[in-house]
Amino acid sequence: MTTATDTTATGHDDHHHGPEKGLMRWVKTTNHKDIGSLYMWFAFTMVLIGGAMAMVIRMELFQPGMQIVDPHFFNQMTTMHGLIMVFGAIMPAFVGLGNWLIPMMIGAPDMALPRMNNWSFWILPFAGGILLSTFFMDGGAPAFGWTFYAPLSTTFAPDSTDFFIFAVHLLGFSSIMGAINIIATVLNMRAPEMKLMDMPLFVWTWLITSFLLIGAMPVLAGAVTMMLTDRNFGTSFFDATGGGDPVLFQHIFWFFGHPEVYIMILPAFGVVSHIIPTFARKPLFGYSSMVYATASIAFLSYIVWAHHMFLTGMPVAGELYFMYATMLIAVPTGVKVFNWISTMWRGSMTFETPMLWAISFVFLFTIGGFSGLMLGIAPADIQYHDTYFVVAHFHYVLVTGALWSIIAATFYWLPKWTGKMYNEKLAKVHFWWAVISVNVLFFPQHFLGLAGMPRRIPDYSLQFADFNMISSLGGFAFGASFILLTYIVIDCIRNGKPTTARPWEGAKGLEWTLEPKAQYHSFNTPPSRKLIEQESQNS
Amino acid sequence: MKRLTTLLSALVAMMSTNVFAEYALNMTEGVTSISRDIYDLHMMVFWISVIIAVVVFGAMFYSVFAHRKSKGYKAANFHESTKAEILWTAIPVIILVGMAIPASKTLIDLEDTSKAEMSIKITGHQWKWQYDYPKEGISFISNLAQSSKDVIYATPADREAVDATGDTYLLSVDKHLVLPVDTSIRFLITSNDVIHNWWVPAFGVKQDANPGFINDAWAQIDEIGTYRGQCAELCGKDHGFMPIVVDVVSKADYAKWVAEQQAAAAAAVASATKTWSKDELMAQGEGVYNTNCAGCHKKDGSGMPPIFPPMKDSPIANGSAADHIGLVLHGKGGMPTFKMLGDADLAAVITYERNAFGNTGSVVQPSDVTSAR
Repeated sequence: MTTATDTTATGHDDHHHGPEKGLMRWVKTTNHKDIGSLYMWFAFTMVLIGGAMAMVIRMELFQPGMQIVDPHFFNQMTTMHGLIMVFGAIMPAFVGLGNWLIPMMIGAPDMALPRMNNWSFWILPFAGGILLSTFFMDGGAPAFGWTFYAPLSTTFAPDSTDFFIFAVHLLGFSSIMGAINIIATVLNMRAPEMKLMDMPLFVWTWLITSFLLIGAMPVLAGAVTMMLTDRNFGTSFFDATGGGDPVLFQHIFWFFGHPEVYIMILPAFGVVSHIIPTFARKPLFGYSSMVYATASIAFLSYIVWAHHMFLTGMPVAGELYFMYATMLIAVPTGVKVFNWISTMWRGSMTFETPMLWAISFVFLFTIGGFSGLMLGIAPADIQYHDTYFVVAHFHYVLVTGALWSIIAATFYWLPKWTGKMYNEKLAKVHFWWAVISVNVLFFPQHFLGLAGMPRRIPDYSLQFADFNMISSLGGFAFGASFILLTYIVIDCIRNGKPTTARPWEGAKGLEWTLEPKAQYHSFNTPPSRKLIEQESQNS
Repeated sequence: MKRLTTLLSALVAMMSTNVFAEYALNMTEGVTSISRDIYDLHMMVFWISVIIAVVVFGAMFYSVFAHRKSKGYKAANFHESTKAEILWTAIPVIILVGMAIPASKTLIDLEDTSKAEMSIKITGHQWKWQYDYPKEGISFISNLAQSSKDVIYATPADREAVDATGDTYLLSVDKHLVLPVDTSIRFLITSNDVIHNWWVPAFGVKQDANPGFINDAWAQIDEIGTYRGQCAELCGKDHGFMPIVVDVVSKADYAKWVAEQQAAAAAAVASATKTWSKDELMAQGEGVYNTNCAGCHKKDGSGMPPIFPPMKDSPIANGSAADHIGLVLHGKGGMPTFKMLGDADLAAVITYERNAFGNTGSVVQPSDVTSAR
């Protein structure tokens, strides 16, 4: 086994390895930092596109009556909003963070498979383009929800569904390649002196997430392929008149879909496990239990899928099993929350922007966890299922969970990425703006759901009017906060004040031993055992 | 800031003038034993969550306020405790077991439909519900009430029109499901096209309607009254517009209602065998069209091209009657089947489509539909 360590690296040779100039740098790059940036900017663009769709949804729901769009277009909006946010925004953003950070955190020069890395990114704009192009086709874009249940997505779907299937296949390719690359990098490119239990938690959570991706994405590919043959080649996997079963689709979809949920949250746990110790100036509490809890959650995520399907007519024994297994997830998740709070406990805390995002992550993600526990109680799920209570739940875990951690990570590592410091004052204004508006947006949706408002409806009866209006106002404010975020990030890149190698007083980790703006190839010589121990979270 | 204050005061004004502002915050307790059990479970888990939240967030915020660098607090250096880890693994397990026991009891109870005294078959269609009383021989379709349809299909549907419709906007139908009080009822739920979900919150009944399969649920309703619900599974364009209205009546009133319906059903059978005049068919057909077809093909027959083709100058409405009947009976692609309608209604609506909007098709008699089935 040879590692890519270039022992002859000198200042002179480094110059040789610099990036190409101009646009072709981004097309041809095999550098983990460039590709990480591409992923992040792609994800950010998708957040804005998916967010614009959310604005259309909230505008239509601002008051009762059909004012802005027709019901068919409304369904296209909810469907594409979900697909774009899950596959275009959250997942690529985490792959981007993984690309940027993992080589720096494990003392490697780059990713293990750099050309595949380039390919797995450049598939994405094409997949996203194909998906978005369906809006301009006869019959419109997919309008069957991001969960695309058959037979609405097969027999009753618009022609553009075949393009959607192709796009999902491409996105799946990209994710699987990204996951293979991360596994290969972590296992083969790690500094020789770094043991697995020396790895920072972000690396651990991404390693485990990669295995989830490799397990789950092929199942999704299977589901859409069966859809494709049902639609075009006369099979009837999901059609009862041909001996198939529409519920089979849901089993396959959620066998992918539930691990997918943890694909989107485990790296977030990793990010927060870096930020809280830094600003508490205290080592992470329970490093090894954090690793074991992550692995337990990943394992459980494969055996709870049918809790999304309590109302499909499952036998009672199946419902009992899936209810018990689901409730178990609360245990390792609870361990994580307790560990974060114990890390904060008797620390010496300061509240720079990344810490504000991390603390609000713990608070708001836990609220999403509580509603998740309620949803897991099978009989109670009868009243929650497919209502706005579910909408509130998954936005608390995905927006104030996954997205929050991505924003937290951006502020935390932006100085290392750019060598410059962002505007702390503006960033704090942005934080409070976002955290208040996001709660105005999503908290009332709990009440709407409990009062009986189904999800995915374009119009509603008058009893739901007030909370919908409040939610919409929160939505507009939260949407607008992204303008400020864009400004803060671009302002940092252009005009930020130069920073030191370790801008955060309490920060630990190999990435902070690099130059203020991390050099193009992170570690040309592997870090020593002493340095690894010094910077380890498991001290 | 000034703008925000104006916006907020406008919002407050809007809410205070809204007569329907009820601020429903919580789940309904409902009127069946199941819905009450579910409500109790919901409240139990909710309060346990609140208690855990107070303890956990209390510790976190105490730490946030007390353990600050700005207050000169020096960081401790502890970073593990096996005792603590075991404790906060074990305690949640115990709490979860405590929740799982009553949850399992309720679940087993609500899945046991064997004690039912009567059955209702519910079939979901895009976008209406069909109710069958198999023993009584009653069958009818329940559509969104015309008052709501007038609002949503007018473009744009403004707020005044909505308010004029009243607080049952989108929650009223033309024909109510009628059920007897204090009777254990089994619901057999299925679908004719895509997956729907029949949900009446007050009964604690929500069950997927899967095409090709029959699911069941049960309820024994304790209180006379009118209860409303909605489809709870995305089923296409008008998913938001297929509500459920149930009248729960005394057993005597129920028996009376059944007798009336049976008489009406007999009359319908008779009408399907006679020969209708074109005017009769057109008059009947307009009503059937507006209820079943206007959602996609529009009241004036203009459709919503390219997804929903116009009726006006349509090659089908002006072409062979047999093809037209076949299409309406069996559906095609996005067009659902309408075979659940009676022969007289189908003949009327097909005749209407072939002769309204300036079309010049032939007249179709109920007997034509009967033989085409």
